Amino acid sequence: MSAQVKSPRLAIWLGLADNAFTRQKTVKFGDAAAVNSGRFYSVLVVVVLLLAWVVTSALNLIEPFYWPTIQGTWDRFTKLVAEGYRNVPLIDHIGISVYRVLSGVVYGALVGIPIGFAMGLSSVARGFMDPIVEFMRPIPPLALIPLVILWFGIDETAKIFLLFLASLFIMILAARAGVSSVRVSKVHAAYSLGASKLQVLRHVILPNALPEIFTGLRTAMGVCWGTVVAAELVAADQGLGSMIMIAKNFLQTDTVVIGIILIGLIGYTIEMVMRWLERILIPWKGKG
Amino acid sequence: MTMAAAARAATPPPAERDEPISGEQPMSGIEIDSISMEFTLPDGGVVRALSDVSLGIATGEMVSVLGPSGCGKTTLLNIVGGFLSPTRGAVRLNGHTVKGPAAERGVVFQQGALFEWLTVEQNIGFGPRMAGRPKAEIRDKVHDLLGTVGLQGFAEKPVYQLSGGMQQRVALARCLANDPDVILMDEPLGALDALTREKMQGLVLRLWKETGKTILLITHSVEEALYLGQRLIVMAPRPGRIMKEFRLPFPERGLTMPPREVKASSDFVATREEVLSMIWSMEEEIMGENGSSEVSS
Ligand SMILES: Nc1ncnc2c1ncn2[C@@H]1O[C@H](COP(=O)(O)OP(=O)(O)OP(=O)(O)O)[C@@H](O)[C@H]1O
Ligand SMILES: [Mg+2]
Repeated sequence: MSAQVKSPRLAIWLGLADNAFTRQKTVKFGDAAAVNSGRFYSVLVVVVLLLAWVVTSALNLIEPFYWPTIQGTWDRFTKLVAEGYRNVPLIDHIGISVYRVLSGVVYGALVGIPIGFAMGLSSVARGFMDPIVEFMRPIPPLALIPLVILWFGIDETAKIFLLFLASLFIMILAARAGVSSVRVSKVHAAYSLGASKLQVLRHVILPNALPEIFTGLRTAMGVCWGTVVAAELVAADQGLGSMIMIAKNFLQTDTVVIGIILIGLIGYTIEMVMRWLERILIPWKGKG
Repeated sequence: MTMAAAARAATPPPAERDEPISGEQPMSGIEIDSISMEFTLPDGGVVRALSDVSLGIATGEMVSVLGPSGCGKTTLLNIVGGFLSPTRGAVRLNGHTVKGPAAERGVVFQQGALFEWLTVEQNIGFGPRMAGRPKAEIRDKVHDLLGTVGLQGFAEKPVYQLSGGMQQRVALARCLANDPDVILMDEPLGALDALTREKMQGLVLRLWKETGKTILLITHSVEEALYLGQRLIVMAPRPGRIMKEFRLPFPERGLTMPPREVKASSDFVATREEVLSMIWSMEEEIMGENGSSEVSS
C-alpha cells in the first residue's frame, strides 16, 4: 500500500501518471473515465505557444501590423489598464459586456423557464409554442441583429433584447427537457404521499428539472457571450466587441489581440464558474 | 408509533379473524370489484391486461400477489393506487370509490422513486411536510422511523449515497411517515440481493405487526409471497385474472419463528412447490403459444 501512496502526487496531478484506481484498470481504451486530465500537455501547449510568440517577437519575424510583439502587447495592455480605451476604463468595457450577457440570460431564463414548464406540462401550451420554438431554434441570434436594430435602434435595449432572444429558446428547450425527464414513479409517489398538483410542481418537477435547467443556463451563457461580442462589433461604443472593432479601424492590432484574448479568457472563466456552481448547487445531478 | 399501536390494539390480530376468502365484500378494507383493464395500443390493438378481477382485502390483512410476467400485477396495483382507472369495475377503500392517488394509500415502488435532491430525513418527512405538519412533529416522527427501519445516523445523507437496501428502507419509512390506511408495494425488494432481500422481508413483516397496516404486496419471488402473505393470490395471464388463492399461516409464524425455520418447514416447502409448478405450467403454456405462432408464421 505505502508504495502506492508514495506514487508521485505531482505526476498524477499533471496527468503523467494514472491514479491508483485507474492504474488497476486493464481496459483503458474505450473507458472514458480512464482518460486522465493530461494537464502536463495543457501546460506544455500554452508554454510552447507563448514561447513561439516570444521568439517571433524577439526576432521581429512578423510584421506588427499582422500580429503584435509580445512586449508591445504587454505595454499596450498596461496602458489600457491605466488609461482605458477611448475614455472608457478597460474594466468598464469588460463590465458592460458581462452585464449585457447576464441580463440577457436572466431575462431569457425568467421568461423561458415558465414557458418550457408549460410546454412540458400542458398540451395546449405545447401546441401553441411548438411551431414558434422549433422555428426560432435553428436561427442564429446574429441573424436577428438587423431586425433588432430596426426595432430598437442601437441602444442598450437592443443588445439586451438580442441576448434575451438568444437565451430564451435555449432556456425553453432546457426547461421542457427537464420536465419531461421526471420519472413517473416519483410523481406517483408524491401524489400518494398526499401532495397537491402545485406541490408536485414545486417539490418534484422543479428540483427534478434543475440539472437540465442549469445545463441550459451554461449553454445560454456561452452562446450569449459569443453573441454579445458579435453584436458589439456591429453597433456599440462600449464593450469588448466594440473595442476591437474600433481598434481595427485605427489599425491597432495589439488592442485587437488583447480584446480577443480577454474575450477568450472571460468566456472560459464563465464556463468554469458555471461548472463550479453546478457542483455546489446541484450535487444530485445524474444520480436519479 | 403511538397511533399505530392504538390502531393495532383496536383491531384483533388478522390471524384470529374469520374473513371470507373471496366473493363476499368486507365492510372495511379494500374492495376490488370485478375490474377489467384494457389498454388500447397506438395501432388500434387491445391488450386485455385484467379481466374481471375481484378481491377483498380486510383491514390489517397482508396479501401477496404472484404471477408470470405480464399477467397484470402492476396494472392491478396501479388501479388500487389510483394511478389508472379501470375500463370496468371499481375499487373501494372503506366503502368509498378510489378515484385517484391519495395519502390513505401509500405506495412503495421497486426503485428510483425516492427524491434524490432531498436527504434521507427530508424524503421520509415528505408526506407530513406536504400536509403542513409542524416542524417539530415531523422531526420527531422522522427520528422514530429512522430507528424503526434501522437507519439511525443516516438522516443527513443524500439518498443516492445509500445502498439499494437502505434506499428501500427509506422508501418504507417515507410511506409509513404518512400513516396511510393501506400500503401497496410493487416488487419493493425486487432489485436487492438475496441476503438483503431476506432481511428486508423480516423488516416488512415486523412493520406489518407493529403498525397493523393493510398491505398488498406484489412479488416475483414465490418464497417471499408465501412468507409475506396471509393470503396469496396467484394470477394468470392473457387475460390477466385471478387463478387461485391460498390462505397461509406463514406470516403469523414468522412473527415468532426465525425466517429460515419458517421457510424450511415442510408445509412451507410443499406449498412453495405447488405454487411453483402452477406458475411453471402457466409459463410453459405461454412458451408453447409463442413457439407455435413462430412456427406457423
Ligand atoms: N400502458 C400500457 N399500454 C399498453 N399495454 C400495457 C400498458 N401497461 C401494461 N400493458 C400490458 O398489460 C399487461 C400487464 O402488464 P403489467 O405491467 O401489469 O404486468 P406485470 O404482471 O406487472 O408484469 P411484470 O411481472 O413483468 O412486472 C402486459 O401485457 C403489458 O404489456
Ligand atoms: Mg410489474
